[in-house]
Amino acid sequence: MAQPPSLRGTLKRSARLAERRIWGAAGEIALADLAGGTALGGAAATLAGRSVLLRLADPIYAAVALVELDGVARRIVLAPPDLADDALRGVIEAAAIEAAVTDGPEPIAGLPTHRIAVPVQFQDTEPASTIATEWVMFTSGTSGPPKMVVHSLAGLTGAIKPPAAGAPPPIWGTFYDIRRYGGLQILLRALLGEGSLAITAPAEPMPAFLTRLARVGVTHLTGTPSHWRRALMTPQSRALAPAYVRLSGEIADQPVLEALKARFPGVPIGHAYASTEAGVGFEVNDGLAGFPAAYVGRPGEVELRVVDGSLQLRSARAAAGYVDGHGLADAEGFVDTGDMVELRADRYHFVGRRGGVINVGGLKAHPEEIEAVINAHPAVRMSRVSARRSPITGAIVAAEVVLADPRADEATAKAEILAACRERLAPFKVPALVRVVPSLPMTAGGKLERAIG
Amino acid sequence: MTLIDAAPATKAHEQETCELELTTTLRDVIVAKFETVSAAQGKPLTGTLTDELVLLESGLDSLCFAIIVATLEDELGYDPFTEAEDVFFPVSFGDFVRFYERAR
Repeated sequence: MAQPPSLRGTLKRSARLAERRIWGAAGEIALADLAGGTALGGAAATLAGRSVLLRLADPIYAAVALVELDGVARRIVLAPPDLADDALRGVIEAAAIEAAVTDGPEPIAGLPTHRIAVPVQFQDTEPASTIATEWVMFTSGTSGPPKMVVHSLAGLTGAIKPPAAGAPPPIWGTFYDIRRYGGLQILLRALLGEGSLAITAPAEPMPAFLTRLARVGVTHLTGTPSHWRRALMTPQSRALAPAYVRLSGEIADQPVLEALKARFPGVPIGHAYASTEAGVGFEVNDGLAGFPAAYVGRPGEVELRVVDGSLQLRSARAAAGYVDGHGLADAEGFVDTGDMVELRADRYHFVGRRGGVINVGGLKAHPEEIEAVINAHPAVRMSRVSARRSPITGAIVAAEVVLADPRADEATAKAEILAACRERLAPFKVPALVRVVPSLPMTAGGKLERAIG
Repeated sequence: MTLIDAAPATKAHEQETCELELTTTLRDVIVAKFETVSAAQGKPLTGTLTDELVLLESGLDSLCFAIIVATLEDELGYDPFTEAEDVFFPVSFGDFVRFYERAR
């Protein structure tokens, strides 16, 4: 079988290369330099055929390393910004990682570590022969050890259409981190679609990024509904004049779509469904929340079906499987997304995650993990954690607590429970609301009754 | 004649005072909520909560605003973000207070 062209090879042959850029929070990179040079010097050769962890502080260097190593490394493992140091050992073992690339001064977890010198200097290089590199990505914010899924460049770029002839080159901007699936999609669109791209960094304040986006004249701007709500609350967003606005990664509700229509009159506003596991699913461009029922069951590159209320997808864009070799798809090739949908009239609407997983502004919190912390408090008999809808972050964490002693002081108990949660959980997992209740409903099977959505 | 004129004037004046008091009360509730959430989340406010203060420069993050909106909904019985017919997101603290006042 012929090897697919590498990212660098495709970038090198793409149009208007000389005028295109990636703008980051701390500097910019010319795509012509990126396409023709190496930022790793001689190290690139030693990474050939290896499993390589990309552990970078500034995501712009993740873009550099991806272009550098696709087609060279056997496997690229793209660490998300919130991957904790103490999770590294498990990750290294699970993904059989042999070396790391960083932009910081310290070697990574005892691995042979290659450093991208900052500011980045490119040296001319001729790409070696290319291999089909595995791209390993992390599923977002799950509890326990992070799950890693394996993609190919062909699968990741399956939804990317060639740019329309004669269209002006797009200037993409994204609020996502490009090390997550949603952001990586935009990086690949910019690299393969004649575009430039402006990205942010974890430490960059929203007003500063919006000012940069306006300065580079962003035309195609993407983020989660929570990102967009924040942007709309920031005065600097008034200077933006995008030609296309896109949302994904969370449920796009009607208020956020209407607010965007009002802020950017006449601009096409699309919301897309994608997941790290199932890949890019579909786009909705009629300005309405949810998606047309007709999408389900129709033939095409991506097939949808709904089983027990959960959306399932089948396409070549899905991940090949988990890094431990376990498959993602069922015998018929469908990936169960765990996103629960409900049919109302002729549209499906997203109502939440199966198992009550709470999506707080794109970060996922498991009720059980939070309940375990609450239940560890001696004043607590039992608790139930659920999602509460939020117009700001999509959802927030709410907790109902049954106290062991019904005569105990509620205010004191609540304060202590919250203190325990703050100590042991990430801020987005700490219940925003705690309510003391006399009892919690149980199912016939003796399990805590949970509502979906 | 004078009496008839005076009566509605007094009424209007009373109404104004009444609304002013309600406005002050709602603002106070919101100011107190910002201060409580700021302290609870360990996100100190960068300055006084004036009308001109840009919300996202107040020191609070999206999670803080989500908590403020949810707890205000529990206390006030409404959430203007999901109920409002005019679609906009408040930028300044003054916008935020007016948003709640209008939806009341």
